[in-house]
Amino acid sequence: MAQDRELLVSVHDLQKAFGEREILKGISFDIYRGDVVCVIGPSGSGKSTLIRCINYLEHPTGGDICYRGESVMKHFKKLTQFRTKVGMVFQSFNLFNNMTVLENCTVGQIKVLGKSKEEAKETALRYLKHVGMDSYVNAKPHQLSGGQKQRVAIARALALEPEVLLMDEPTSALDPEMVGEVLRVIRDLAESGFTMVIVTHEMAFARDVSNRVIFIDQGVIAEDDAPDVLFKNPKNPRTKEFLGRFQQ
Amino acid sequence: MPTTFFGWVFFLMEEYGPVLLTGAGVTLLLAVVGTFIGCLIGLVVGIIQTIPMEDNDSTFKKATIKLTQRLLDAYVEVFRGTPMIVQAMVVYYGAMSVFNIDMSPMFAGFFVVSINTGAYMAETVRGGIESVDPGQKEAAIAIGMDHFQIMYNVILPQALRNVMPQLGNNLIINIKDTSVLNVISVTELYFASKSAAGVYYKYFEIFFLTCVIYFIMTFTASRLLRWVESKMDGPKDYQLVNYDPMADPCGHVPLPTKKQKGRFD
Repeated sequence: MAQDRELLVSVHDLQKAFGEREILKGISFDIYRGDVVCVIGPSGSGKSTLIRCINYLEHPTGGDICYRGESVMKHFKKLTQFRTKVGMVFQSFNLFNNMTVLENCTVGQIKVLGKSKEEAKETALRYLKHVGMDSYVNAKPHQLSGGQKQRVAIARALALEPEVLLMDEPTSALDPEMVGEVLRVIRDLAESGFTMVIVTHEMAFARDVSNRVIFIDQGVIAEDDAPDVLFKNPKNPRTKEFLGRFQQ
Repeated sequence: MPTTFFGWVFFLMEEYGPVLLTGAGVTLLLAVVGTFIGCLIGLVVGIIQTIPMEDNDSTFKKATIKLTQRLLDAYVEVFRGTPMIVQAMVVYYGAMSVFNIDMSPMFAGFFVVSINTGAYMAETVRGGIESVDPGQKEAAIAIGMDHFQIMYNVILPQALRNVMPQLGNNLIINIKDTSVLNVISVTELYFASKSAAGVYYKYFEIFFLTCVIYFIMTFTASRLLRWVESKMDGPKDYQLVNYDPMADPCGHVPLPTKKQKGRFD
């Protein structure tokens, strides 16, 4: 990676164990501004745990996470600030069911960033427009389809204007016909230069959209390379085997 | 003197109607105020019972939370596990003989109904809080909200909506169960009926009237709460908003056509 680029988040030797079971066994990588990193790997390899550890939804049991060179794990006070800089999109959308689409996108800005209602609304509308959901501001989440929910969830994360967007299998809970609309939004974000880390099972999408692919197997990074290299000439036999199953 | 059943009923209604209605008023007052205070107690207890322990909390904070939770557990178990009629006796006469407090029967009534409802509502609120899907809490954590903000803005509004049917249940139970307070001479509907029945020895006729009054009260309460629930749910429909009238109607923004009523997913 080029050293002149802005380093946002770096993960050092990250470990996570649930009791005796080790899920992550020392993972290190850096996220620079403008990176679109796709994390792939077999089920149970620790992809989701990794992304959930990055913004502390799971507390890592070892290693460190740094934001702009400063350890987040050692400065718990700064955790809230860090979380507003790192947005999260979940597999199951997790919209706030008691709020309208607009309120979903403004509540964080008002309560956490302390913005005024008008300001928050303006920002929210800008991002809702970005994902094509601005005409649904008055709808409640249960009135939306899965794809629409996920697009709102992306707008909610973007409304806090984070520097990095983490996505945990954003299309895995969607019907096949709705996967496209969400991938289109993510592709759009990638093209406009958003920094993202995406856990995904959509191999073609990962190849097209990312500038870097990380293959995780059994809690370690088995391969970390540009998509062209990793998908065409995987060095690790495990990667080869995993990708082989997709090409059939 | 009337000779038929209904003759007696109408006669007694004229004679003792005001007495019974005053009794019904006391019953309603006890039930509504008791349920309201009980809900507040239940809300506070339920919230404390669901405070999560974080790894990075201090030992003192953990110990305090743990101790409070154990004490509240004991409160819930004791007041759910003993009959209200016995609680009324213990509170009313106990206050007098142990603490030398001469509380009025009415005050003892409010106290017993509130504390009893509180014990039940605490469990209901806890269930309501736990029924909100944990993903929403995670999403709120991920956008940087703290525990208090998450509870106030996300969890409680949904938990309280889920608790509403049980709150209605409790109100109805309280309208009926305040009748046990006659043992400490609270002049509620049952007490009034018993007094009235004793004059002419017409127990069936009087209690037939009492039955009707109780049912009118509980039925009204139940319908009223249904209405409140539907208000809480808000409109079933929503309007599409087109912010930019010049937007390309063929673009990814759907046309502002009239939507079908209800869900469409």
